[in-house]
Amino acid sequence: MTSSTPERAGPAAPQGGAGGAGGRPVSSDRISGRPPWLLVVPAVLGLAFLVLPLTGLLIRAPWTTLLRRLTEPHVLEALRLSLVCATVATAVCLLLGVPLAWLLARVSFPGRRLVRALVTVPLVLPPVVGGVALLLVLGRRGLVGQWLDSTFGITLPFTTAGVIVAEAFVAMPFLVISVEGALRAADQRFEEAAATLGASRWTVFRRVTLPLIMPGVVAGAVLCWARALGEFGATITFAGNFPGTTRTMPLAVYLALETEPEAAIVLSLVLLAVSVIILAGLRDRWVNSP
Amino acid sequence: MTLHARLVVVRSAFTLDLTLRAAPGEVVALLGPNGAGKTTALRALAGLISLSEGEIVVDGRPLHTMAAEQRPIGMVFQDYLLFPHLSALDNVAFGPRCHGASKAEARRAAAALLERVGLTEHAGAKPRHLSGGQAQRVALARALAVGPRLLLLDEPLAALDAHTRLEIRSHLRRHLADFDGATVLVTHDPLDAMVLADRLVVIENGAIVQQGTPAEVARRPRTDYVARLVGLNLYRGLADGSRVKVDELLFSTADHLDGPAFVAFPPAAVALYRVKPDGSPRNLWQATIDGIERHGDNVRVHLDGPIPVFADITPAAVADLDLGAGQQVWASVKATETHAYPA
Repeated sequence: MTSSTPERAGPAAPQGGAGGAGGRPVSSDRISGRPPWLLVVPAVLGLAFLVLPLTGLLIRAPWTTLLRRLTEPHVLEALRLSLVCATVATAVCLLLGVPLAWLLARVSFPGRRLVRALVTVPLVLPPVVGGVALLLVLGRRGLVGQWLDSTFGITLPFTTAGVIVAEAFVAMPFLVISVEGALRAADQRFEEAAATLGASRWTVFRRVTLPLIMPGVVAGAVLCWARALGEFGATITFAGNFPGTTRTMPLAVYLALETEPEAAIVLSLVLLAVSVIILAGLRDRWVNSP
Repeated sequence: MTLHARLVVVRSAFTLDLTLRAAPGEVVALLGPNGAGKTTALRALAGLISLSEGEIVVDGRPLHTMAAEQRPIGMVFQDYLLFPHLSALDNVAFGPRCHGASKAEARRAAAALLERVGLTEHAGAKPRHLSGGQAQRVALARALAVGPRLLLLDEPLAALDAHTRLEIRSHLRRHLADFDGATVLVTHDPLDAMVLADRLVVIENGAIVQQGTPAEVARRPRTDYVARLVGLNLYRGLADGSRVKVDELLFSTADHLDGPAFVAFPPAAVALYRVKPDGSPRNLWQATIDGIERHGDNVRVHLDGPIPVFADITPAAVADLDLGAGQQVWASVKATETHAYPA
C-alpha cells in the first residue's frame, strides 16, 4: 500500500498528475537511430486516446448558446454548490490533514506505517464504496450518526454538509500525502535552530515548519480541491442528488446527459476549464518555483 | 565558573565522554578530526540530543534537565540555518519574539544587533540574497539576540572561502571578546582554534586527549593528530637526563627530564645529506626517502627509517642533493631545535 504513495522529492518535484511532463529529453550529438515503430505507434495511440475525448468535448460544445446555458439558474446553482462544497471540504482537509501529515512525518509512534497505509486507503477505494461506508457510520442509523442525531440533532446524509463530508473523505489523502512529502523533504535542522532560539514546538511548527512546507501545502490543497470538485460516487451515495442542496456539478452533468446532452457538454466544459487552470497554476506557480 | 559540564553520549559504535569547563568570557575550542565527537558534544550542550549520563551546569543552573528551547544558549550552526522565509531582521528578531518580546521590541533589538555586526543595510534582505560572510554575521547576531549565557559555534568559518574567512575570523574574534558568557566553538581548523580560542580542548574518539592554551598545545603536542595540526614531528620515548631514547635512536635535547617523554621538532629543523657528514653531529640517522611533495614555498620530504620523519627543505636543496624517492640519505636535527617534555 505504501509503495503506491507518490513520493515528493521536494517542492521542486513534479507533483501527482502533472508528473513526468517536466523532464525534457536532452538533445545529444550522438547519432541515434530512428525510434522503433513498436514504441512510437502505441505511444501515439495512447496520446490520441487521452486527447481525443477532450477535443470532442470542445468540438461538440454549443458555443453559440454557451453563455445563455451557463447562466441558467440550475447550472449556476450547481456550480455555486460545487465551489462552496469543494472549498469547505478543502478547508476541513487542511484543518485535519496538515496535523495528520505532521504526526506521520515528525512523531514516531507504534503502528505509524499502518496509519500511513490507512490514510491512503480512500485514494484507491472506489468512491461508491466510500459513500456506502460513510452511510454505515454517519447515516441516521450509523454507528456515529445515530449518536449525532440523538445528541445534537445533526443529520449528515442527504444534506449539503453530507456532500462536504463525502468530498473531504475522498480528497484528504491527496493533501496528507503531499504535505507529508513536503515535511519529509524539509530540512529538520531549521526546526532545531528554532528550538535553540527558544521556540516551543508549536511556535516551531507555526513560524518555521509551516512556512517552509507552504509550497507542498498549497499544491496538496489544490489537488485536494480539484478532487473534491470532481467527486461523484461518494457524494451521490452518501448525500444523494437533490437540486440546490446536494446536486453538485458532476451530478448535474450525469443527470443532464439523459435529458439535455448539450447542457451536459457545457457543464463538462466548465469542469475541464477548472482542471486545466489548476494544472497550469500548479505547474507554473507552486511546483516549478517554490 | 560559568560552564561546568560532563557529557556522556553513548551510541552503538561510539561513546563520547568528556568534561568541559569554561569561565565567564572564556572561549573554548573543541578541536578534533572528523567523527571525534565535537559536534555531538555541542548538540548535547544545546539540548538537541540527550545525555546518556552527566550534567550541564551554567551559572549554577542545571541545563541537562531542560528542553533545548528553555536553555539560555545561543547557537551558530555550520551552515547558519537562517530561516529562508524571513528577512535578516526577522531572523534575528525570532529569538526575542520566542522569549516574549513584542514584535516592535524584538525588531528594535534585532536592528541594534544587526548594526553591531555591520549589516544595517541588509536588514530587509532574505538569506538567499546574503553572501556567506553576511549570513555568518546574521547567524551570530541571531544567536546573541536571545542574551545567551552559553554561546555554541559549530564550525563557524567552515562554509566560507579563504578570503572571507580571514575577515570574518577577526570580526568573530572581536564579538567573542565582547561576549561575557562562556563560548564553546567546534572546529577542525587549528588556525581558527588558535586565533579564536583562549583554550583548546582536543578530542579524539570521543575523549579529551589534550587541553591547554593555544601556545601550550602548539608547543607541546601530545598526539600524532595534534602534532600534524601544529606541524611538528612528534615521538614518544624514554628520557634520561638530556637524552631521549626513541626506538633505537638516542635524541639529545636542550631539556632535562627523566621517564616517559615526548620529543618534538619542526620539519624545517631536519637537515639532509647524501653522504655522512663530517665530524659526528648528534641526532644523526640514516633514512630512506618515501616521497617528496610541495609544501608552501618549500618541499616536504617524507623519510622512512628508524622513525618516520617529515623534513622541510628548499627546492634548491632538493636540486643540489638530487633527491628522489627510494634514495638513502642521512638526516640530522640539532639538539637546540628539539623539544622534550614529559609524556
